[in-house]
This record gives sequence, C-alpha cells and structure tokens, in this order.
Amino acid sequence: MPRPCWARPWCDGGRQGLTLPAVSHYRLFPKALGRLVAALGVQELHLALTQGFWRTRTWGQPPLQAPAGAELWVWFQPTVMDVDKAWKELSNILSGIFCASLNFIDSTNTVTPTASFKPLGLANGTDHHLLRYAVLPREVVCTENLTPWKKLLPCGSKAGLAVLLKAERLFHSSYHSQAVHIRPICRDASCLAVSWELRQTLTVVFDTFSSGQGKKDWSLFKMFSRTLTDACPLASQSKVYVDISPKNKEKELLEVTPTPASVYEAIVQGDKRTYAVYDLLSPSLFNTSRSLNVQLKWKRPQDSSELPTPVLHAQRYVSGYGLQTGEISTLIYNTHPYRAFPVILLETVPWYLRLYVHTLTIITKGKENKPSYIHYQPAQDRRRPHLLEMLIQLPANSITKITIQFERALLKWTEYTPDPNHGFYVSSSVLSALVPSVIAMKDVDVEQSPLFTSLFPSSDGSSYFVRLYTEPLLVNLPTPDFSMPYNVICLTCTVVAVCYGSFYNLLTRTFHVEEPTRGGLAKRLANIIRKFRGVPPL
Amino acid sequence: MTLWHVLPRGCPLCLSTWLLQRLWGLGLVGSLKLCSPAVRTSITSRYEMVYRSTTAQEEAALGAATAQEADAALRPLQDASLGALTMYVVPETSSLLPQGISVYVGKHRGALVRAGGSLAALRTRLRQLTQVMSFTASSIAAALSDRVPDGQLGPDARRHLKSSLGYEITFSLLNPDPKSHAVDWDIEDAVNRYVQPVLDKLSLVANFSVDSQILYYAVLGVTPRFDKESSSFLLSAHSLPHVINPVEARLGSSAASLYPVLNFLLYVPERSHSPLYIQDKDGAPVSTNAFHSPRWGGIMVYNVEAPASPQASLPLHVDVDMVRVMEVFLAQLRLLFGLSREELPPEFLLESPGSEGLAHWELDRLLWAHTVENIATVSTTLTSLAQLLDKIGNIVIKDDVASEVYRAVASAQSAMAKLATGHLHSAFQASKEAVTSSERAFFDPSLLHLLYFPDDQKFAIYIPLFLPMAVPILLSLAKIVRETRQRKKEPTKMD
Repeated sequence: MPRPCWARPWCDGGRQGLTLPAVSHYRLFPKALGRLVAALGVQELHLALTQGFWRTRTWGQPPLQAPAGAELWVWFQPTVMDVDKAWKELSNILSGIFCASLNFIDSTNTVTPTASFKPLGLANGTDHHLLRYAVLPREVVCTENLTPWKKLLPCGSKAGLAVLLKAERLFHSSYHSQAVHIRPICRDASCLAVSWELRQTLTVVFDTFSSGQGKKDWSLFKMFSRTLTDACPLASQSKVYVDISPKNKEKELLEVTPTPASVYEAIVQGDKRTYAVYDLLSPSLFNTSRSLNVQLKWKRPQDSSELPTPVLHAQRYVSGYGLQTGEISTLIYNTHPYRAFPVILLETVPWYLRLYVHTLTIITKGKENKPSYIHYQPAQDRRRPHLLEMLIQLPANSITKITIQFERALLKWTEYTPDPNHGFYVSSSVLSALVPSVIAMKDVDVEQSPLFTSLFPSSDGSSYFVRLYTEPLLVNLPTPDFSMPYNVICLTCTVVAVCYGSFYNLLTRTFHVEEPTRGGLAKRLANIIRKFRGVPPL
Repeated sequence: MTLWHVLPRGCPLCLSTWLLQRLWGLGLVGSLKLCSPAVRTSITSRYEMVYRSTTAQEEAALGAATAQEADAALRPLQDASLGALTMYVVPETSSLLPQGISVYVGKHRGALVRAGGSLAALRTRLRQLTQVMSFTASSIAAALSDRVPDGQLGPDARRHLKSSLGYEITFSLLNPDPKSHAVDWDIEDAVNRYVQPVLDKLSLVANFSVDSQILYYAVLGVTPRFDKESSSFLLSAHSLPHVINPVEARLGSSAASLYPVLNFLLYVPERSHSPLYIQDKDGAPVSTNAFHSPRWGGIMVYNVEAPASPQASLPLHVDVDMVRVMEVFLAQLRLLFGLSREELPPEFLLESPGSEGLAHWELDRLLWAHTVENIATVSTTLTSLAQLLDKIGNIVIKDDVASEVYRAVASAQSAMAKLATGHLHSAFQASKEAVTSSERAFFDPSLLHLLYFPDDQKFAIYIPLFLPMAVPILLSLAKIVRETRQRKKEPTKMD
C-alpha cells in the first residue's frame, strides 16, 4: 500500500490545491488555538516548552526531544502576505495563551531554516519562506505554563490520564517538556477531507533511583501521588504503555503489576520494544480494583543497567579563554557499526557572537569532512542571528568534530539582561537525520500503532527519523560595571560641590581683626611650663 | 385654518419626517487644548417634517386588506435612506388598522396612523411615534451612560453593549457531565438559519464573527438548592451573579482580535442536578429558564429529560432542540444591543420583525445611538490623550500620531455636521473613522508614559551635587539671620 504523503517524513507535497478547512465551530479542538490558526493563516504550528536537558547518552533516544526553554516553529499558509507580521502577532498571542515569554521572539532570534524543518502534516509545497523558527533558551517553564496546556484538553485535568498531571510532582523531575503540535491531516485513508490535528505531548523524566533510596522500582502512585480511575469519556483511545523490553532473552528482569491485558511489540526508533498495554476504555480493567496503579519492580538489583548508546548523539561546548574570542565545538557521534548516514545540522547563533566562518572546520577520523550542502546567512547587528545549515555525512562508527571561532561583541548598555554576569544563552543546535535501523523494520499500520510513535512516521523499513538537540551554551560577554555612571556622577558632583563650597565661603565670609584674648587652655598650659622653665610667658 | 382642514377630508395624509439633530458642547470644536475633563454633554434634536398628500401608487398600496400587506406594498415607495421615516395618516374609519389600534409600525421605515381627535392630538401622537422609531432622550442618555454620573440612569441603561467596530459572538455548550450526557447540537445550521439573517442586517453597524465551542466539565459556580415539592433543583435570582465566574475562566478570551465578546452559554445540568430551574426574585420559575448578564451575554439552562427506564445505558444521547434555544438567545441578543421594545400605549401595534429579526427602523435607532456614542468616545479618548500630554511636557508626538489626531477631530466634526443635517449613514461612517483614528493615536506604543522619566527621579540623580552645594548656602543664610538679629540688638546695647 503506498503511504500517504503525510506518513513520510520530509513530505514534499504531492498534493496540489490543498485547501485547509476554515473552522468556526469547535467541539474537541480548543477554540483559542483554532481561532489563532484561522486568523493568522497557520499551516502548521509546533510549540515546545522545556525545563532541563535530555541526556541522550544515559537516557537513550528521546521519544520527542525539545531544546531547553521555548521552541516555536510555524509553517504559514501560502496565502499569508506578510509572514513576519503574522509571526510577530502569533508569538504574542501564544505568549498570552501559554503564559510564556514568547513575546520576546523578534527578528534577532528568528531564522528561516532551509532544510531542517519540513512540514509534518499535509503540505502544498515546502517554500521555506513560509517557515519561521525561534528558540528562547532562557525561558523557565513552570506551573503557569502547565495549567493552560492542560486546559486545552477536552476533559481538562478532570478525567482520564490528565488527572495524573499535578504540577508539584511534574516539576519535581529531571526533565519536563510539554509541547503542542497542530497540523493538517487526512481525515481517512482516502484523504478526501482534511482535518486539523492537535497533538499535545508531555515528556517527564523522574529519577526514581535518587528519590527512592537507590531502588529503581516505581509506580504511578509513587510518581504522581495519584492513580488512574477512569478514562476521559470523550476519548476514543486511552492507553498506558509501559516499556518492558527485555535486555536479554533468557532472563526476565522486571515485573509489572497488575498483569497487562495485552502486550504490544513494535520497532520504535530502530529498536525492538515490548510494551505492556493498559486500555483504560476496556471495562474489564476497573472491574477488580477501582483504580489503576501500574507498578514496576526489578527482580534483582541491577548492577549494569546502562541503556545501549543511541546510534546518533551529539554534544556541544564553548571553549577558549578571555572575553574577546572563543570557539564553539560540536561533537556528533555515529555509533552504527557499519552504516554511514547524512545529518543536517542547524546552528543559530545570536549576532553578538561574531562567527568567523573561515575558521569552520569539520573533522572526522582525523580527516577533513566536506559538507555536501551549506547554507549560511550572516548576522546583522541587532537585526538577525547567524544561521548555519550543513548536510554532513557521518561515516560508520565515527566522531565528527565541528568547530567555529567567534568574537564577542560589545553590547549597548540597554541591551544587557538584568543579570549580565550570568552569561548569554546560545540556543541548541538541531540535528535532523534519517538514522539507519540496526534491525529490519516492518511496515507498521499507522492506525494501529500507538500515538506516541506517529508524529514522525518512519519512511521505509531501513531507517527512522530522529531530531536531536544539543546542549544550549552559556557564553560570557564583556560586561561593563553598571554602577560606574552613578559612581562618576557622585564623585564629580562631590568635587564640584566642595570647590563650590570653598569658593562660596571665600566670597561671602567677612574678615575681622580679632583682639588678642587671654588665650585658650593650650596657651595657659604653655605659660605654666614656661614659668617653671623661667622663660617669659607668651 | 390649520393645515389639516385645507386638505380634503378622507385623503390619507403623507408626512415625511427628517430627524434633525445637533450635538454640541463636546469640546471637540476648535483645537485639542479646549478639551476639559468635565465636559457638559447636551443634545438638542429637531425634526423636519414635510407634509404631502399621497401619490396614486401609495393610495393603491394603502387599499390593501391588512396593515401588513399595506406595509409590504408601501416599502418600495418610501424614502429608503437611513433615518428617514414615512408616516401615513389614514382616515379614522379605515379598516386597515385593527379595532382599538391607532398606530401601526411596520417592518420598514413606515407607520400607519389613524386620524382622529384634534390636530393637536395627532401631532402629539406623531411626536410619540417618531420617538419610538428613532430615539428618545433616554435612549441617547443610555448610549452615553459611561459618561453620565451614576444614579441618573435606570438599571437598564447599562445593559447595552458599548459601541464598537466589531463584535464576536460565541455560543458555548457547557456539558459538566459528559459521562452521563453525550450532548450534540447542530449549531452550524442554527447559526446560518437564525443568527446570520440578523447579523446581515446589523452588518451596517459593525463586523460580526460567530463561533461556537463545547466545554466539558465546566460547572456553574453555585450549587443549586433542591426543592422537595417539585423534586427539582432551583437557582435563585440572587445567586445568579456568582454563576458566571468559574465558567468565564474556561471560555477563553478572543486572543486574535480586540473586539468585545458576546457569550451565549447553553448549560446542560449534571444528571445529579437535573432538572434545574431558575427562579426570579419572587420565587417563581422563569419560563425561558434563561438569564442574561449586561454587556456580557446570556445563559440558558437546558434540562435533559430523564430516561424512561433507569437502566438506560449511559451516556445518554441528547440532541439539543435548537429552535427553542435560538429563540432565547436571539431575544437576549436584541436586549444586549438595546433593541428591546419599550412599554408602549395600548393603541400602538408593532409589527414583529419576522425572520429578519430586526426592523429597518430598529436599525436606525441603533445607528442614532451608536453615532452619538462614538462621537462621545472620540471626545473622551482625545481628552485623555490631551491630559497625558499636559502631564508629561517632553513627550514626543510623532507625525503619524499627530495626523491620526487631526483625522479623528476632522471626522468627528464631520460626523457632527452630518448628524445636524440628518444624514445618518454618512454621520455614522464618519464617527466610526473618528473612533478608529483616535484609538490608533491613543494606543500608539510611543505614547507610553512609562517611557519618560518623571522629574523627581531626574532630580534624585543630582542629589550628590545639590546636597553638598546646599550646605554652605544654608549655613551662610543662617549666619546672615544671626547677624541681622544681633545688629538689631546692638543699638539698644549702645545705650
């Protein structure tokens, strides 16, 4: 069966004359977002608010990673005349809806990538001028962002899986990422009608090892201090998937209670996974007990529980000394034993780090690696950031090091943040790749597969799509002493005032010739001493 | 001999009325500097009446069997411009008007008046009729209610929506108990069938956008009281103000536009709280089971009939009867726009507006009020702007802001001039332009007063200079005082 266009990543839009439905009557879709999409001509919207950083090396491949802070990327419809104006308006409205500082998105942190971000839904074409991408790495995500996110759910946090989402537990975690994805999709397989899809995702990493006194056992109640009691009555699917993939075939290491009604096996991100599935809509689930508290227990204490290193991962750091120049280094790892694959790297660097493009070096296994595609847009001071996009071939089992030097610019005194000595953030770079799978993958039915696998559907049996984000960087800029102007004012004023005072005294004082008097205490004392010495008194 | 007697008796008299109105004292005339916060608003109105005898065509139209038919037939013959009214005086014996009715107001801009009594009586009746069909002092005062001190107006005056360039109408279905009720409503069809005709007519006044949503688990803020006698739940009138607040948080503001929102909520009570009835102040149940909140919208409670057998499977599927619902919502919409029909003497008969929901003369009524309100809004906005400029002396007025202010003043003046000559439509357009320009000027980001340093802060920075400089000056002043005092004492000492 040929896959519909949207089921392929980097869909290049075979459909012509795609008309997106204009909606004004909403049932499950939240009206606030629906109006936004309709009013501003949005084709696709992806917003992620993240606290913390996903540690790919220790936690494995993320289901859906997002950079620390706020990330927003939007495809506008071709009918939108002034994309920049719509983008500005959109970020302001979203900032109101999600209580986030998205209104700080302006031309200095917005870029238009040419290759990294492709529409995930139905698309007419991929004219990248309709795309806008911005990251705010400084953004702190907290309860006030979670509440509006929960309000978008039809059942809110009143019923269904969302009852677990209590802010005091969710933000007591190592990683928290909430996202909203809006895209047009086919209503059915024949794709005659188009629907809007709103996908809300939440990724949280709980560190049960450190919070549970060295035990890795967990349960829903332990993590959320709540259990599941029912499904949202409006849901057509409400399932809990627990990853119980065995490490090695012979030994069963873990145990889940209650016993799952069904087990689902799938190849997710190039890895064979086994999931225990709890269907909240099945009436038998709540028959025996009134609530569902999924528990996972390890049968024996594990000494080496390291997850296998993902095929693709990356890290980035800033090096150099002093406050004048520096170097950004990115290391990309390909741990696949025998397959090489290309990766698209997107770097967005603020204008106040002046990149020296001639110092760009890409070295793999000691040899220079020439990127097959480079798109570089230089920064303009106070107008737009640097944009560097490269398609780099990663040989099998290799580390690729990309370095570029920069110079730190001096800012105007109003351009510094309130805490300038904290440093300035450089947003994460984005890696997009079709990673070859180690195991052969079956063509899975999209309808049957769990929802969390279907945002980036796999293209064919041999590879899967991965988007990774590196660490955000914190760079110190030369910072002036902000109290200096006031100190100068104080000092000069004091000097002027002292001069003025003495001149004034000199000019206004009247001088009298004073009659000599008997003298003070010192004179009398001196006279007594003189008397003793036999010298005439003063 | 009066005019009436000159004309042959029995011939229907046709009388065309131009409403002339003049507005002055708003302080807009002249330059901005003249604006003062305590402007006295006063309005004088003048009617221009033109009497003529009917034409043959009108005569034929008036020969119809019923008043409704005559009204329909007369429509193409009338002056169609906004604000003009045509009244036909029919003989006392005419069978056109039903028994006991002496004034019939049609769907368009015409009315039939039965001649009778003296000419003076007819004159007062005509005056009353013009006020019903155009404006009264109270309707204009209601339009200006924000600018009239409290206590001078009745409670109804503040019910009307403020004049705006556009409105958003949101219909929300609240289903607090989706487990037991699966409620469906065909809102799209209902809007197209019932609401859209009214809005098409009102499109002259403002832009409208209509949308709808379904909210689940949205509960009212008040727990209803159980009444044993009727085995139903009751919401008393005094608890209604607390109903809206928790719902309001869920409704979602209109992020994409700045127009005011009109909310119409249909509440399907939970299974454990149904049936639910609203009581009025006297404790009697309200027949429509609905209430409205001034300038906000309306709420209707829609009770679901209990299933015949208690074992019926949940959720219970409910299809909302949209005719019943829309009847209430449309009535509330009219109320919120100030189109409620006032108490009239019994001899007045008002034709119901029919499927259009709005008679032409009601539209005129709305336009009169909105034009006056718009001009008053412009005056207030520009006055506040002038006050801001007075407060911050060194504020920078950009050229585009200045041109917006000039345009606003010019448009407001032209609106007033047009009003004075009775050109309602162009006056309204001009007043809309004036509002747009004045708002754009007022909300210009460059006019934020926080952008400018207050003078006391500037002074504070120079304290290190002023304070040490002040010390020798003050000391020498003290010395001078001391010396003069001594000099005064010295002559007495010399003695």
